[in-house]
Amino acid sequence: MFSLPVATKPQPFSPQTAEKASRLRGATVTEGVCPYCAVGCGQLIYTKGGQLIDIEGDPRSPISEGTLCPKGANTFQLSTNPHRVRNVLYRAPYADKWETKPLNWALDQIARRVKAARDAGLVTRNADGRLLNSVKTIGTLGGATLDIEENYLIKKLFTGGLGVLSVENQARI
Amino acid sequence: MPGLGASFGRGAATTFQQDLANSDCILIMGSNMAEAHPVGFRWPMKAKAKGATLVHIDPRFSRTSALCDIYIGIRAGSDIAFLGGLINHVLTHDKWFKEFVLAYTNAATIVDEGFRDAEDLGGLFSGFHPESGTYNANEGKWAYEGEGEDGQTKAAHGKEGTHGYGLEGGGRAEDRPHRDPTLWHPHCVMQILRRHFARYTPEVVARVCGCAPDDVGRIADLLCANSGRERTSAIVYAVGWTQHTTGVQMIRAAGILQLLLGNVGRPGGGIMAMRGHSSIQGSTDVSTLYDLLPGYLPQPTPDEGHDTLESYVKKEGIPTGYWANFSKFVVSLLKAWYGDAAAAENDYRFGWVPRVDGDYSHLPTMDRMARGEMTGYFLFGQNPAGGGMNAGLQRAGLRKLDWLVVADWFETESAVFWKDDPNGPPAAEVGTEVFFIPAATSPEKDGTLTNTQRLLQWHNKAMDPPDDCRSDTWFVYHLGKRLKDLYAGSTDPKDQPLLNLTWDYEHGAGHRLPDGTVSCIRDEPDVELVLQEINGYRVGEIDPRTGRPRLLKGFSELKADGSTACGCWIYSGVFPEPDRNRANERKLSDNPVQPEWGFAWPHNRRMLYNRASADPEGRPWSDRKKYIWWDAEKARWDGPDEPDFEPTKPPGYRPPDGAKGMAAIAGDQPFIMKPDGLGWLFAPKGAKDGPLPTHYEPVESPVGNLLYPRQPTSPTVRTFEGPLNRIAHTPTAEFPVVATTFRLTEHYLSGPMSRFNSWLNELQPEMFVEMSPELAAERAITHGDWVTVRSARTAIECRAMVTRRVPSLLVDGRVVHQIGLPFHWAFAGEVVGGNANDLTALVAEVNVSMHEGKAFACQVERGRHDGRQPSPTKHPVAWPTRDPIPNTPAAAQPEGGFTHDE
Amino acid sequence: MTSREAQVVSTPQSADPPRPRGRLAEVVARLTYPFRRGAAPAKQPATGFYTDTTVCIGCKACEVACKQWNQLPADGFNWSGNSYDNTGELSASSLRHVKFIEQFADVLPPPPSPNGRMSLDVLPAEPPPANRWLMMSDVCKHCAAAPCQQACPTGAILYNEFANVYIQRDICNGCAYCVAACPFGVITRSHFDGHTHKCTLCYDRQKDGLVPACAKACPTASIQFGPVEELRERARQRVEELHSRAVPGAYLYGDSPTETYTELNSFYLLVDRPATYGLPEAPFNPWIHMTGDYVRAVLSGLGAMGGLLAVFLVMGQ
Repeated sequence: MFSLPVATKPQPFSPQTAEKASRLRGATVTEGVCPYCAVGCGQLIYTKGGQLIDIEGDPRSPISEGTLCPKGANTFQLSTNPHRVRNVLYRAPYADKWETKPLNWALDQIARRVKAARDAGLVTRNADGRLLNSVKTIGTLGGATLDIEENYLIKKLFTGGLGVLSVENQARI
Repeated sequence: MPGLGASFGRGAATTFQQDLANSDCILIMGSNMAEAHPVGFRWPMKAKAKGATLVHIDPRFSRTSALCDIYIGIRAGSDIAFLGGLINHVLTHDKWFKEFVLAYTNAATIVDEGFRDAEDLGGLFSGFHPESGTYNANEGKWAYEGEGEDGQTKAAHGKEGTHGYGLEGGGRAEDRPHRDPTLWHPHCVMQILRRHFARYTPEVVARVCGCAPDDVGRIADLLCANSGRERTSAIVYAVGWTQHTTGVQMIRAAGILQLLLGNVGRPGGGIMAMRGHSSIQGSTDVSTLYDLLPGYLPQPTPDEGHDTLESYVKKEGIPTGYWANFSKFVVSLLKAWYGDAAAAENDYRFGWVPRVDGDYSHLPTMDRMARGEMTGYFLFGQNPAGGGMNAGLQRAGLRKLDWLVVADWFETESAVFWKDDPNGPPAAEVGTEVFFIPAATSPEKDGTLTNTQRLLQWHNKAMDPPDDCRSDTWFVYHLGKRLKDLYAGSTDPKDQPLLNLTWDYEHGAGHRLPDGTVSCIRDEPDVELVLQEINGYRVGEIDPRTGRPRLLKGFSELKADGSTACGCWIYSGVFPEPDRNRANERKLSDNPVQPEWGFAWPHNRRMLYNRASADPEGRPWSDRKKYIWWDAEKARWDGPDEPDFEPTKPPGYRPPDGAKGMAAIAGDQPFIMKPDGLGWLFAPKGAKDGPLPTHYEPVESPVGNLLYPRQPTSPTVRTFEGPLNRIAHTPTAEFPVVATTFRLTEHYLSGPMSRFNSWLNELQPEMFVEMSPELAAERAITHGDWVTVRSARTAIECRAMVTRRVPSLLVDGRVVHQIGLPFHWAFAGEVVGGNANDLTALVAEVNVSMHEGKAFACQVERGRHDGRQPSPTKHPVAWPTRDPIPNTPAAAQPEGGFTHDE
Repeated sequence: MTSREAQVVSTPQSADPPRPRGRLAEVVARLTYPFRRGAAPAKQPATGFYTDTTVCIGCKACEVACKQWNQLPADGFNWSGNSYDNTGELSASSLRHVKFIEQFADVLPPPPSPNGRMSLDVLPAEPPPANRWLMMSDVCKHCAAAPCQQACPTGAILYNEFANVYIQRDICNGCAYCVAACPFGVITRSHFDGHTHKCTLCYDRQKDGLVPACAKACPTASIQFGPVEELRERARQRVEELHSRAVPGAYLYGDSPTETYTELNSFYLLVDRPATYGLPEAPFNPWIHMTGDYVRAVLSGLGAMGGLLAVFLVMGQ
């Protein structure tokens, strides 16, 4: 049996240590869902002054009960990441570098590209004269990491509005 | 998702993750749950703590295996053989759950005597057309006796891939199919099943899989001992099953096993499909898929039967079971899309929906792109240049585009393929115009994710995205508005779908952030309005509370007369009142099912087919496994969950002759999406590669098919062979090593959400290949060496992780080596490396156009690869941010900022 | 029903003390700061960690959750080849570290080439069990009598009211005596700020009634946090349960004092020798040598003085 009476001695708390508290006091908390895999862990997102200060598991979630995996625990870094692109980047054909462009300009240019490609590529009827109303020269890919509302708008605009056939995502089976 | 759909009726996990804690035995196969879904694995661990046995069957001993009670190593791609062995064991030892099977499955149903099994035709079913490599189920007589031809598009042979999902195995029995409850009829399903699986003996299975013959019986006995009235076993799978050219049939085999053991619709039972992406189930339901309209409605084809709405409904609808409401779903969708322009007199603009005349799924599209047939492409958070199968071909495709739009957070491989691909041409030779749209992260936007158990969970916007970053909702909405402006005034009929598309999701009032401040993005669409449209509303009936159309309470309110609009019928009920977003409800109660946490489709049912948790008379099978039961006093089904059944239909209900719709489903038939209300051991419809699972080798395997030597690989598989996509056909001697890809806990997919993140990169910084000491010795490789892994497509280099965790196996008398390749690295990010996806082939399973990343052939050599190697495109950043936390004293600042020293 | 996590935001955040006005006052404040004392909080029941390695899935959520909460930097990207462990050790910026130990019986005869042998952590148990992959999340042991605390010359290391060993970053002068004193190799000095850092047991979170970040994140409850007496009781029950389930060799490491060391407030359930997990088989407190050292020092001092005296006496004659 080995023991020393050290821990019972009075401890010298510095003024700062004595004031120790979590940074969550006074923050705004928002309920979220982890963006990585499909387990669907609940997350609590804390902000202060519009700035993200912490993301952790939501202990009330019946699926995850407050826990997260390393990726879920890393969600904070996804948003605060210095490598994140914050402005529209544009690469002209055959160019060797990006240019930064205004968002409005990009949206306008993309809409024009879509219209031109659709007008050139839309097939109303096939060789047998059967109805097609479809565009095969444009496609979209992605959705399994997006919200269902985003997916719905992609399907509605590209399939229902533009007649694009290849509207696809990672999901297969 | 036809694997589950063909067996049970819906292509979704039959249960929910928390229920795994109620299992007595969990078979994890085709899934590395502890690594890929660590938090989901919490629930099997709870079962284990209560005494359940966990079994892991996998080519690799992973972190999942480490936590399971039993691990069995099998050769990648041999899963159907093992499952067939289990089924055979259950049948030959008469261990199946008799009352359950007789009452709730089609075991007694008589199949058309014209049907010929793979046993009779050397590995092929009847109805095969070798010239097209497809089956015609009608010609092959896969139907029930007396049922006649099926008119549905997917039943006929023809264009592969089209309507892969379709209606989940619908059929059109006009009369109740003939049954032989004695199970002696030679053409009854049970007898066909017995004959079909007879050759999957333990010895044969061991030769194919590389396991010990005892293993089959050991696992089968374990499952049987933990099934029945008192006990239940669950099966968990993930992409380890789906990413095969026989993936649908692997899941079918699991479905057959669970039906035989009576483990469907019961607590602790079922099949838990673990999906890989946050909303992969949702993106299938709402369907950003080329051949599906929202809610699993088949997108029309140029087929004659699809000329008019009426003929389309007649052809694709089913008269009995819940799909009898088909026309309501379609008309309501068209009303949601085209609004007032859709009316009865113009067929609700059914003609505006584009017709699918081929396979436009991801892989064939990339093949067409690489041949220069595509003009423009959008990528929303997907990275084909790094994560696509045969990624080299996919990059070649992107280089042939006129323009490409990438919406993402980081400069992924797909954003910088024109400048940073070490083996690509110089930028000056790449003509693709690229627009990179910076995206918002999930805490920066509102929206709903549908998780792996069909649960819709809303996430709230916590803050504004920085600078020009925008949600994809914002981008698509405003792109749509600009396109409408560009086409404004056009009278061309082809432009009318776009001009008439309902497209109004403006925020009524300025939208505020949770802290009360006004968002600096003034034109963000109101995502709740989108969800309300998905939920559905009554056209022309204004809710005085909102001044907008009255919302639907659920899909039972849908009408086929144009008076309702609904964007995705299976989600109806998620937004029943203007102030009640059920996806955003987070109420807890004493009910262990927690029905008020989020919203599960359909109709908030957490466990599907749960009528099967009671016996035919409506009593729980046992007290221990009580879930949903018939309460005779209240004359309704009761229990902790919503019954997946008509709530007041008594167990003794028998349909009158000629009954249609739900009236045709008896009170003891739990599988309401099936026309006969039964679980399908034999699937006359629903899978294009056969009514029963059959073992075929992967497209690339060093071993031939030991079960059906004349038929080495799936007869219906499609390969896109060409100079960019060479295939080493089975059996290959040139590439003798079996490769399988896998996910590490520390990374995500091809890395777009992980390889730009220092906290994850330090955990797994470099590409490696796992191999056995035997293989290493054979190639003179030392642990940690550089090695080159070569497939018929290309070669990559990586470090050797020599470990006993990837066993070399004795297959049919010879040693077959396997390697495991994590698929997380490519050429963009803080950490880069050899890309396993460059090695894989572009091949497609017939039902869903799935590739075969989980089993392909390769060769391993010591030493570095002579090609050009990637170098990081981003400098490592240790701290994501060192900004002090605002409005916080020094004493409450994080400990590790290392910036606030006094 | 709201969680503690949701309630804590309604506690107002205190403000920093007013900054001294004027340059001179600032200098004075800086110089006197280390000598100022805050009010020591009232003692609370001792808290700690119980780490059950038999349910650890090696996911490293604890490592990332710790980095996120404490805003710690990444340590660098180096593939070690040592199973799935690439962070290698505890450090000033990795306060949690997951170890991986692969133990596989050689089912096939050893390969002919000596190159084929793997060089992973395969320290075998005796006899080697068949096929297991041990994982363990390591952390500061929060010793009941911590050598680091005893070694600290500035009073930077203290026992807080939860009986956790805590390094006060505002007092630490970076002398690194604690680094040498720790028998577990837990503490290192950061090259970013020159101070030593180790697990704080999320002192700041505990102050607000929150569970430490690692224990909260752990998906399989391998890391459990709570009053240490409760944890010990739970852990002993778990050991009995494992013994009844034919997991021989399950035992607790550090739950009670030994001949040479006190109990650990962060203790472990292990299934193999401590050395297999890189833990000392019998840790000892350097202090136990000190009585002898002091006696020897005094004796040798006296001896030296006696010798000198003798010399002077001889010389003086």
